[in-house]
Amino acid sequence: MEIPYTVSARKDTGLYNGKLGIWLFLASEVMLFGALFSSYILIRVLHPGWTKEHLNVPLGLFNTAVLIASSVTIVLAWASLMLKKYNKFRMYLAITILCGATFMIVKSFEYREKFTHGHWPSFNNFYALYFTLTGLHALHVLCGMAVMTYLLFFGRKMWEKQPQRLANRIEVTGLFWHFVDLVWIFLFPILYLL
Amino acid sequence: MDHATTHDDGHAHDAPHHEELGFWRKYIFSTDHKVIGIQYGLTSLIFLFFGFSLMMLMRWQLAYPGQPLPYIGWMFSHSMPGGVMTPDFYNALGAMHGTIMVFLGIVPLAFGAFGNYVVPLQIGAPDMAFPKLNAISYWAYLAGGLIMLISFFVPGGAANAGWTAYPPLSVITTPIDPKLIINALDSSSLGFLKSIGEWLHHSPFFGGVAAVASKCWNGQSLWLIGMILLITSSLLGSVNFIVTIIQLRCPGMTWMRLPFFCWAQLVTAFLLLLAFPPLEAAGVMQLMDRVAGTSFFLPEGLNVSYAGANVVAGYTRAGGGSPLLWQHLFWFLGHPEVYVLILPGLGIICEVITNNTRKPIWGYRSLVYSTLTIGFLSFTVWAHHMYLTGMGTKISAFFQTTTMMISIPSVIILTAYFISLWGGSIRFTTPMMFAMAFLPMFGIGGLTGLPLGFNASDIHLHDTYYVIAHFHYVVAPGTIFAMFAGIYYWYPKATGRMLNEKLGHLHFWGSLITLNGIFFPMFIQGMAGVSRRLFDGGTQYLHAEPVLHWNEFISISAWGLGIFQIPFIINFFWSIWKGRPVANDNPWDATTMEWQTPTPPPHGNFLVPPVVKRGPYEYSVPGEAKDYTPQNQ
Repeated sequence: MEIPYTVSARKDTGLYNGKLGIWLFLASEVMLFGALFSSYILIRVLHPGWTKEHLNVPLGLFNTAVLIASSVTIVLAWASLMLKKYNKFRMYLAITILCGATFMIVKSFEYREKFTHGHWPSFNNFYALYFTLTGLHALHVLCGMAVMTYLLFFGRKMWEKQPQRLANRIEVTGLFWHFVDLVWIFLFPILYLL
Repeated sequence: MDHATTHDDGHAHDAPHHEELGFWRKYIFSTDHKVIGIQYGLTSLIFLFFGFSLMMLMRWQLAYPGQPLPYIGWMFSHSMPGGVMTPDFYNALGAMHGTIMVFLGIVPLAFGAFGNYVVPLQIGAPDMAFPKLNAISYWAYLAGGLIMLISFFVPGGAANAGWTAYPPLSVITTPIDPKLIINALDSSSLGFLKSIGEWLHHSPFFGGVAAVASKCWNGQSLWLIGMILLITSSLLGSVNFIVTIIQLRCPGMTWMRLPFFCWAQLVTAFLLLLAFPPLEAAGVMQLMDRVAGTSFFLPEGLNVSYAGANVVAGYTRAGGGSPLLWQHLFWFLGHPEVYVLILPGLGIICEVITNNTRKPIWGYRSLVYSTLTIGFLSFTVWAHHMYLTGMGTKISAFFQTTTMMISIPSVIILTAYFISLWGGSIRFTTPMMFAMAFLPMFGIGGLTGLPLGFNASDIHLHDTYYVIAHFHYVVAPGTIFAMFAGIYYWYPKATGRMLNEKLGHLHFWGSLITLNGIFFPMFIQGMAGVSRRLFDGGTQYLHAEPVLHWNEFISISAWGLGIFQIPFIINFFWSIWKGRPVANDNPWDATTMEWQTPTPPPHGNFLVPPVVKRGPYEYSVPGEAKDYTPQNQ
């Protein structure tokens, strides 16, 4: 039994199954983070005692740059696959994973600094939102890294048999990774700057 | 009957790519949409009956407040000392009845079971687009359900803050202090438990882990964790359904040739996809409130100082949150959820009615456009659940308007079904009996919703038994009857045997009469002002006195409904082995594609790739030799 359109696109929709699936999944992710951002606005606007706490802006800026760079490298990884350059693909994918890891390490230092000052999520609602939003975002980063690591080490078999299918997987992973990046681009100003 | 073919088993085994799978891969960890559909179906039917049993217990307390439960009361030694129900247990039963019926019973049955089994067959697909994802969503659902069941046995019992889990109540009910578990372990007479307790006491890191774990180990936190799993499950399911319906339609299956059931499932999937994530966000936030001590939903200066059985006071909270925020996030899911409950039912009714009236459905296009309109509008009506929260008359007026608007497409759908009966030569089969009862019952449920949608009349009716009656008329003799119609209709396809008609009619008439006996008196009680969620059924209120005698009548009807499910259960299992075998692959003489497969369909469904040539409901086409023309002919 063969499920149609797993690799090639269906003519009238112009999409293969995975690509449509990831766009739908991202739509639900927009609703998830949309609800959290709305909660941020509501809690901040309704509560007169809201305090903006200080976060480490240079570190946040650095992390923003790291994530944006990783969004570029995952596109390069996909492009290398389309150009049939497997080794280049592996290099770019490894760089993307390293960027994700860098982001997480920096983030953990930021968390640690807050914890040592006693700024737990229960301290006030700014920290509650900060930890919930960035924590959920970090979970997404970790999931993306896990998928990419799997494709980095176990992708060769598929590359030899169905190269287009592997390229599709990287494209779908890339779409997810761009979304994770985009969420951070919203998180950085509302938590660090505004 | 030249097209009524029967595919023999030997034929199916020659199908290309057929491989023998072991028992576990074939029936338990299967990725076949039909097996997963049946798994969903059996699990959700068990949960439905379990959720209903909780209500049968509650009805004892409502009919005979404070009297010990005879015969089976001893089984609940903790929660019903001497057979008399404690208020906390009553509240837990109420909260879990709602949760189980909605999230573990009807959604998985209507969407997971029927959608999984029927949709790929109707669109001519070999399977769902992502078979492994499909299996994962079933297992996530089962895990969520088991967590809900486990929560009955943790200290303090299951969640008891209502199925809507409104804060601050749902946040402050923490039945157990983390230290109590460690102390209990410490003073244990068993050596190894004692050493675990001491170890936890002296290790700050594991102490912290234990504190978090014990904050999770109570009814409300487990409820939230269970909900997060269930939401993940339906999220994965909805992505899968939408991709399947958009991508895997067989050649010739254009949008306007799609059976209405698939349209209903498509819109349902979109509702699940977009409405559930906000509740997931809200669930995470409430879990943070309970476990990490944040104050997303707790206002400033909230003072919880009474020493109730289930409340441990003494938290210092930062405050600054908003209880209303939860209500908005909850009902943003909650209202589309109502349409998630009813749309698959409407789809099933359409299939059953056309098949049993032997004529095309009246107004196929208006059904499709009405469903799409419902799907869109259902995102704009959520705050009609919140008229009494003081959110302001302007906002109420907006939601009142959208609520009235959404009733229009619902009425169009129901009207189309009624007109479809006109001039048909109706076959009074068991599925058709359920479908025809569905129409007036859903009508009562829908029309009684209008006074709740108006701000002014809702002030009187809010939180009374009227709301319970309205909602249950939509969902019990509405959706659940549609589910029964679907089970009686598609059972022959899944098993190769018919369900017994006599037992089916007994099940139908018994259920119809008892359901009305349960819910109609609730309208009377509700209009008299009897509030829902009262532990004693309202005996403490003078204004309730003239209508309280109905409580006993309702309870007896509820137990009667339980008894009338026995013929169904017997029928369901007896017919698997002993039912009348189907004469051919299309026992109902139906037109849609699921009947053009072998019975039961093999892995991969169709023996030859199907091609669709006509619309879904071509019954009694003039000039044809027989009164149905299948879609592929």
